[in-house]
Amino acid sequence: MTTEHKIESPPASKPLAVKIVGLGCAGIHMAEFMIQTDLRDLAFAVVHSDARALAASTIPNKCLIGTQILHGLGAGGDPALGQASAEEDLQPLRSLCEETDLMFILTGLGGGTGTGAAPALARLAGESGALVLAVVTLPFEFEGARRQQQARWGLQRLQAAADGVLCLPHQRMAKLLEERSSALEAFKATHEHLAQGVRSIWQMLTKFGLLNVEFADLCSVLRGRHCESAFACAQAAGEERARLAVETLAASPLLEEGKLFSEAEAVLVSVVGGPDLTLADVNGVMQRMNQQAEQARFMVGAIIDDGFQGRLGVTVILARRGQPRKETAFENRGASALEVFPAGLGGPEIENQFFGVAAQHRPASRFVPPAPKLSPEQTRRLLEQRPGSAARRRKSIALWSQGQLPLEIVSRGRFEQSEPTLHQGEDLDVPTYIRRGVSLN
Amino acid sequence: MFKSSPIIVGLDLGTSKICAVVAEINEAGAINVIGVGQAKSRGIRKGEIVDANACGEDIRNAIVDAEQNADVEIRSVFLGVTGGHIQGFNNRGFHPVVSDDREITEDDIQDAIKNAKAINLPAENHVVHVIRQHFLVDGQDGIINPVGMFGSRVEVDVHVVHGNFHRLQNPIRAVKSFQIEVEAIVFTGLASALALLENQQKELGALVIDLGGGTTEYVVYAGGVIKHTGVLAVGGDHVSNDLAYGLKLPLGRAEQLKIEHGSALVDRSVRGRTLQLTNSVGLPEKEVNLEHLRRIMSVRLEEIFRLIADELESAGLLDYLRSGVVLCGGGSRIAEIEKLAAQAFGLPASVGKASSVSGLKSTLDQPEFTAAIGLAKFGSFEQRKRIESRSTLSLGLRSTLSQLFRRG
Repeated sequence: MTTEHKIESPPASKPLAVKIVGLGCAGIHMAEFMIQTDLRDLAFAVVHSDARALAASTIPNKCLIGTQILHGLGAGGDPALGQASAEEDLQPLRSLCEETDLMFILTGLGGGTGTGAAPALARLAGESGALVLAVVTLPFEFEGARRQQQARWGLQRLQAAADGVLCLPHQRMAKLLEERSSALEAFKATHEHLAQGVRSIWQMLTKFGLLNVEFADLCSVLRGRHCESAFACAQAAGEERARLAVETLAASPLLEEGKLFSEAEAVLVSVVGGPDLTLADVNGVMQRMNQQAEQARFMVGAIIDDGFQGRLGVTVILARRGQPRKETAFENRGASALEVFPAGLGGPEIENQFFGVAAQHRPASRFVPPAPKLSPEQTRRLLEQRPGSAARRRKSIALWSQGQLPLEIVSRGRFEQSEPTLHQGEDLDVPTYIRRGVSLN
Repeated sequence: MFKSSPIIVGLDLGTSKICAVVAEINEAGAINVIGVGQAKSRGIRKGEIVDANACGEDIRNAIVDAEQNADVEIRSVFLGVTGGHIQGFNNRGFHPVVSDDREITEDDIQDAIKNAKAINLPAENHVVHVIRQHFLVDGQDGIINPVGMFGSRVEVDVHVVHGNFHRLQNPIRAVKSFQIEVEAIVFTGLASALALLENQQKELGALVIDLGGGTTEYVVYAGGVIKHTGVLAVGGDHVSNDLAYGLKLPLGRAEQLKIEHGSALVDRSVRGRTLQLTNSVGLPEKEVNLEHLRRIMSVRLEEIFRLIADELESAGLLDYLRSGVVLCGGGSRIAEIEKLAAQAFGLPASVGKASSVSGLKSTLDQPEFTAAIGLAKFGSFEQRKRIESRSTLSLGLRSTLSQLFRRG
């Protein structure tokens, strides 16, 4: 990242340039929703590989990608095609990113265009000096294991490329809704939540309030962290509104019933109130937050909004540290392994259709499979991808050949020599808590 | 020096210890425990001998101990056998009644049972028990004893317990090497059930679980007869091993902790509590989280019960256990194990005590001795059968002869 300093440069007179880009079908929907709200003054743009969906959008700033390979027909749920189409049309995307200080990339992961192109777009925006926040949704569980898998893959890439990812799993949203609410309502609720997340960041930066947060503050917390964030909003009214709001947040399924508070590294709190907002309110909220997340670094914004007379709105964004982009040694390896994935998608897909079994997503296991066997040639090639001097390379080869893998070898202890007690394919000699994945913490 | 009255010895070769129970038959015909011998077992894993030398030594120690305690000389034993290879299943055999008047005789029943025994087992399998359940005469179900009834076809339901012949031979050989006769081999689960259950419980239906060191045996009684038997080669050793692995302790220390602080359930009071372990000189060495200890134990024990419950459910027997679950073996000493069992099976559960046996109270109260006591009890039944058959031998011979003549 060569443009580290660019952010501090906007002169005082120039307003902060915020751009909201909707990518893919879901992204366009989100952008359409947001442009209906009070966010309408911001710069909006939509990007898609499907010409028809793009034409249907009311947002004037449109960008069609991948015309050469997809002919404007969409990526058809294949992230490899989405990625390829973004890489094909780098120039228009780059111009889209210009003159932007803060870019929100809205997209739904799991499909083709959003999943494939979002990391590329985030990288381009980052290169042109913007702080990139990706606001994404993850698919419902009923959308199938394949989409979940693709979404996870995309999220991983996006975390590596964007400065921060605000991620809202649809499935968690479903917990907030009533059983009988329609799919339309579910999507609307998600959009509202995402809009609230975007709004609170934007308001915090631009509106005048009791407590201001500057863009530089946000950058210092988010830039280069590549963190995964969770967020939630709550509103409360009445005497006890500070307490009520925090309690609602702590019980929110979006924050895993407040569990994420304890894991958070940075917490961004945006408090919105009417003209009657008191410092005591803000103080009440913050004190309770501090109790929830003692370790975290806090950023507080308090804003006055006439519409909030007698009410209190609290939005929190919790950031967890992700894999920093700089650790290229590891990332290269990870990326090269990941890069294989979309290219290979066509192959395994057909195989899966025939064999069925492999298509199902298997739950994460505590047992780490052994690393794939690499020939010396492959090892050398992988190591060459790592930046660094020859000396460092030599050192890492030495490390490599030592073959220390962080594997968990489950010994059968006392029963090492004895005949295994197999019951329906399970080795009962292995401790039950390991087989069941009972965590001891 | 030694008493001359006939004694019966039950010898249980367990994974954690070997024990011999010496009993005599009193005037009422019940058994009276007069001595116990035990030795720590070193050569047995999962109920089967893995080190013949060590095991032989331990057997000798236990026998010598029993001889001294009871002041008798042990010449023969009833030997308990167990291990993952032992299985039980139900089978039906039939026999056409051939006599002119279609009256069913004892011979017809024996033939029917013989037919029921003739099952397609692999050649290396040996039938340990054939236990009769019910008879059917011309399709009429639920007949306890058809001798003297009329019918043209007698069928019998039996429960067959069988195991691998060679693996059954190992303990017999180990005992015989001390010039001690093995009167019979008995599946230890059966012996435990025999020691624990009263007739009423057998009628109502009960599940006996013997939580041993290396194996867990279970026997289901329903309607007064054995319906199901099985062995799970998982026991207290596995609990200790899990603890050793999970808490990163040596096995001996884990075992000690299991006995001192173990419980089958994790309650809230242990949350966050730790135990300070001290080394041999009394200095603090390591801290162990009590909740983890209990959690590891709890999931293992729950799994054992669940495996049994699943099997009984697939056999359709869970609804017949109106008398509940009776636990025995060293594992039943674990605190709150009854509660866990009650939860797992949805039935009342209790730790059993050897019933209708008199003698050394201290022995009868210990759940570890249940199997050995049951073996002695089994022996007393066998003994009685033999005495009866001896006294009726002449009579029986005469009747057979006369029958032969009549047929001719």
